[in-house]
Amino acid sequence: MTLNSKIPDGPIEKKWSEHKFHMKLVNPANRRKYKIIVVGTGLAGSSVAASLGELGYNVLAFSYHESPRRAHSIAAQGGINAPKNYSNDGDSVYRLFYDTLKGGDYRAREANVYRLAEVSGNIIDQCVAQGVPFARDYAGYLDNRSFGGAQVARTFYARGQTGQQLLLGAYSALVRQMDAGSVKFYERREMLDLVVIDGKARGIIARNLLNGKLESYAADAVILATGGYANVFYLSTNAKASNATAIWRAHKRGAFFGNPCYTQIHPTCIPVTGDHQSKLTLMSESLRNDGRVWVPKKKGDTRNPNDIPESERDYYLERLYPSFGNLVPRDVASRRAKEMCDNGFGVGASKMAVYLDFADAIKRLGKETVFQKYGNLLDMYKQITGEDPYTTPMRIYPAVHYTMGGLWVDYNLMSTIPGMFVLGEANFSDHGANRLGASALMQGLADGYFIAPYTVSDYLASNKFAAVSTDAKEFKEAENSVTATINKLMGIDGKKTVDEYHREFGKVMWDYVGMARNKDGLKKALTLLPKIRAEFWKNVKITGNAHEINMELEKAQRVADFMELGELIAMDALHREESCGGHFREEYQTEEGEAKRNDKKFAYVAAWEYKGPGKKQALHKEDLDFEYVKPTQRSYK
Amino acid sequence: MKIHLKVWRQKDQNDEGRFVEYTANDVSPDMSFLEMLDIVNIELVKKGETPIAFDHDCREGICGSCGMMINGRAHGPGRGIATCQLHMRSFQDGDSVVIEPWRAAAFPVLKDLMVDRTAFDRIMQAGGYTSAKTGGVPDGNSILIPKPVADEAFDAAACIGCGACVAACPNSSAMLFVSAKVSHLALLPQGQAERTTRVQRMIAQMDEEKFGACSNTYACEAECPKQISVTHIARLNREFVAAQF
Amino acid sequence: MNSFFAFINSSVGKKILMSLTGIFLCTFLVEHLAGNLLLLKNDGGEAFDAYAHFMGGNPIVRTLEVGLLALILLHIVNGTRIWLSNRRARDKKYQVYKLDENTTFQSRMMAVSAALVFLFLVVHLRKFWVPVRFFNEQSVSSLVYATFQQPFYVVFYLVALIVLSYHLRHGFQSAFQTLGWKTKKYSGMIEFVAVLFWLVIPVGFAIIPLYIYFYGGSAVAMMR
Ligand SMILES: Cc1cc2nc3c(=O)[nH]c(=O)nc-3n(C[C@H](O)[C@H](O)[C@H](O)COP(=O)(O)OP(=O)(O)OC[C@H]3O[C@@H](n4cnc5c(N)ncnc54)[C@H](O)[C@@H]3O)c2cc1C
Ligand code: HEM
Ligand code: HEM
Ligand code: SF4
Ligand code: F3S
Ligand code: FES
Repeated sequence: MTLNSKIPDGPIEKKWSEHKFHMKLVNPANRRKYKIIVVGTGLAGSSVAASLGELGYNVLAFSYHESPRRAHSIAAQGGINAPKNYSNDGDSVYRLFYDTLKGGDYRAREANVYRLAEVSGNIIDQCVAQGVPFARDYAGYLDNRSFGGAQVARTFYARGQTGQQLLLGAYSALVRQMDAGSVKFYERREMLDLVVIDGKARGIIARNLLNGKLESYAADAVILATGGYANVFYLSTNAKASNATAIWRAHKRGAFFGNPCYTQIHPTCIPVTGDHQSKLTLMSESLRNDGRVWVPKKKGDTRNPNDIPESERDYYLERLYPSFGNLVPRDVASRRAKEMCDNGFGVGASKMAVYLDFADAIKRLGKETVFQKYGNLLDMYKQITGEDPYTTPMRIYPAVHYTMGGLWVDYNLMSTIPGMFVLGEANFSDHGANRLGASALMQGLADGYFIAPYTVSDYLASNKFAAVSTDAKEFKEAENSVTATINKLMGIDGKKTVDEYHREFGKVMWDYVGMARNKDGLKKALTLLPKIRAEFWKNVKITGNAHEINMELEKAQRVADFMELGELIAMDALHREESCGGHFREEYQTEEGEAKRNDKKFAYVAAWEYKGPGKKQALHKEDLDFEYVKPTQRSYK
Repeated sequence: MKIHLKVWRQKDQNDEGRFVEYTANDVSPDMSFLEMLDIVNIELVKKGETPIAFDHDCREGICGSCGMMINGRAHGPGRGIATCQLHMRSFQDGDSVVIEPWRAAAFPVLKDLMVDRTAFDRIMQAGGYTSAKTGGVPDGNSILIPKPVADEAFDAAACIGCGACVAACPNSSAMLFVSAKVSHLALLPQGQAERTTRVQRMIAQMDEEKFGACSNTYACEAECPKQISVTHIARLNREFVAAQF
Repeated sequence: MNSFFAFINSSVGKKILMSLTGIFLCTFLVEHLAGNLLLLKNDGGEAFDAYAHFMGGNPIVRTLEVGLLALILLHIVNGTRIWLSNRRARDKKYQVYKLDENTTFQSRMMAVSAALVFLFLVVHLRKFWVPVRFFNEQSVSSLVYATFQQPFYVVFYLVALIVLSYHLRHGFQSAFQTLGWKTKKYSGMIEFVAVLFWLVIPVGFAIIPLYIYFYGGSAVAMMR
């Protein structure tokens, strides 16, 4: 099978509008006859379900959450980008396109990124119309702030809760369609398999988490918007339940997995305090606007930070990157922090942290202003650590945050399984090897509101659909395979808990497939990971039964899939012998320690094909052409 | 630290339910409350017992999944935090802690500390939106909203739908939750078109779900993790009366 | 627009009815206290009896009185309905419930204070109002003076007034919150006016039995 990205012809500014014109439409009177399944109701899922429902399709939306409003999108803090140029600082669609492509270290498709930038302005309008209370100035106009990796202020925000407000907006659009009867929402249902009939995605198997029953649903198209897989590392900033099961099982049914190794480490998170740690908390990137990052100049300095004089502090980001300073992109800031700690300059009890200091900002702006700007974040820090960031510098450390990789999709957001579309963080598109701040919300909503509604309609209009019932043998087969997995897990009755395995596995991932990777480490991971996985399948303990609310069983299935995905990540990372964006191979760096790409050999998307249990996955390459922006070495000096 | 727990255990919706006592050993003050429960659960699983079920997800106070009555306080001691933001620092070695699920006829217990809060979604479905169509909306800046208005709308919109207001209210009233939504949209120009029907439908749905009436005791505001003010309840009442004319 | 029926049967509608009747009763208290203070005039009850006669004989006032009693009844019936449905809303009780850390004593005691005020009203009406309306008692003032010679009634009234004060300490501001007027701007003013109702008026009423008990003995002798 060859990959066809289906990028339309024509100049980049015209591609999307021409493509829209050429797409087929479904007659409004016929739309009700088409059933569309949407799995996941985060930003991407809610927005697409609402938009399709509004067009008149018969939409079934699924989430393992109790309510769409609980999806992980709710946790996004900082903001959402759009090149409105309200700040009159020279922003434009082209500039956002350029910044995003460059920020992604030239590993994304130009056409996709351009389209993303093009539709992003509409997102803001859409959200405002829904009543999203974006920050405003006294005259009543929308306010903007600047974010890492950009030199213009194009980020729209709603205090430190932008994701929440956007999701509540999309959720309100969704409940409106539920009210109108065009969308039916199935809460607490976890998709456990995709059903493919005659080569097309035609349904899903979902487990009702309240009673354990398996339910089959048939449809004419399936959309996955199930979020990212950063929890493969166990500790991440993602919500506890975020997982890869939906995309992984679709992968096993034939959807290629794109660039699994591209994971983003966020530089400003609250450090780990001990083994009990269950997840990590992000401190918004916006803190780097005024906070200064430093470590003591002396190794192993145990003095109270306030006793360390100015001359004995190393403000290493300002030293290394005089022009961007503390605002370098995430991958750079993260790597430097790790390097400092690895070299023995780390601070705090664990020595795995650097300082983020607001003392200067307080001196310059006054405590009141600092409180106004960052109050809720600083309070959150205090709540978690018990330390007062107004008087003691905060301790921060990088943590896994986002996964640029995901299921491979073409320009229409369709995976290699016809009829299965993938949206939001679950797909691999748009961010290349590194995502800029405030761009994930933008992508999720662009996909859901303004791209998929057209491309899904085109798919439905261009194909004929034989009626399928959930009694079809493909449904039975899928149901049986899910039941078999569940029974197998329930039957092990070993000694160790799911969490213990997840933690152990995640630690290997973090140590060898984390922020800095190298050949030996990756190879080591590839021997350790299968061992843990094999042991898991022999020795995991799950109590209770499969016919009731059973969170251990839910976790076990997710962890089992993470374990398979983790190996693929390591394999992908091993094969990509270059450094780019979030993927940093220690062997490939410039003299100053920056990521060194190899455009000749690796300017492609790695799309992996599942070949069956125990078999090596097959690599397919989609070459990336750069017609408009010529790849250069990123420099933030 | 050692913490003595008395936890509500209930197998499923039909089960009677009872309190069961546990001890959490080796609790560190840096742990969050939910991490303390994680540890208890790991021990339970190892002993072959069913772990304590509770809803949680983001663990940073924004998704609204978590929520339990801890020693008689919704989301436990402390103000302006969700259960997941409570840390064991707030307790002392040897403390006894009673943990119960949210109690309301409208929030049936699903299992242990997990309750069904979909009543909130049904209230939202009854008009908790603006009928903005995808596409075909004006430029964001064509609607001017002065900062104080935007700020107040935000204060209301910050609700995370956790249900602590209902849990803390002696009448299991959902007025704070409903008022937050009604207030948010009533304040903004975008919410004007459906202002009348929205408040009426949402209140009708709220009553249908068997939430109690508000007797203005203000316990909800005190326990709300987002410190939503009861002035929004006043606005809701005003809106409801105005809708009558 | 909702039908009036739907409005008044909704939880918020019921509360609005509660607050309107409550506020009306508050205004009655003002009038009632003003009239009753005539009892303190050292004229052998003349002024008060004249007032009572005027009130008793005036058809408009009589109609208003019926209205007042109807509204009291409405307040009580409606309050009981709300109370019952609120109890149903919390189907299972908490084992530990620290409501006291979040609410005022008065607000928690609303049902109790209401029940006690009701009890008081029954006794009070039986004692003063029934004789006047149904048994043609002519000198209301002497009836009052006689009653408040008995320590039991003095104490009973004082307790009742404390309870009423509690009812209004929460109830008055609550009524304005229910009507939606307790905004940031007006809440200070409402709290200020509330003092009149939970402090000044109960104290005003309390002066009557106390005064009569301690200083009114001679007046009674004079009347009889
Ligand atoms: C702490 C934090 C802060 C962030 N801040 C920002 C920011 O400031 N700006 C920015 O642009 N981005 C930010 N991001 C990234 C951004 O929030 C996410 O990438 C984005 O919200 C993902 O949206 P989504 O719709 O793709 O997926 P999600 O919101 O994760 O939704 C996934 C949905 O899928 C459902 N689901 C998953 N699997 C299944 C299954 N098997 N069966 C049924 N349902 C399933 C879930 O229930 C959920 O409804 C942040 C991320 C984190 C972790
Ligand atoms: C110590 C104080 C009080 C005295 C001396 C007093 C005296 C009286 C008297 C003499 C009457 C009969 C009047 C008539 O019918 O002509 C009366 C009626 C009444 N009183 Fe009081 N009263 C007192 C306090 C209260 C309080 C605190 C309340 C309310 C809570 C109250 C409520 C009523 C009502 C409802 C009536 C019947 C309606 C009416 O006739 O106006 N009274 N009172
Ligand atoms: C003269 C006597 C009374 C006055 C002035 C009075 C006044 C008030 C006021 C102002 C309120 C607040 C309304 C609101 O919360 O919106 C109230 C509430 C209430 N009243 Fe009364 N009241 C009186 C007597 C009674 C009696 C006799 C009863 C019942 C037996 C009663 C039962 C209640 C109840 C239950 C409430 C609370 C309703 C709630 O908070 O949900 N009241 N009252
Ligand atoms: S109003 Fe407050 S307590 Fe109630 S659901 Fe919203 S956030 Fe929770
Ligand atoms: S606690 Fe309950 S009584 Fe009203 S003010 Fe809050 S809803
Ligand atoms: S777990 Fe999300 S709010 Fe507590």
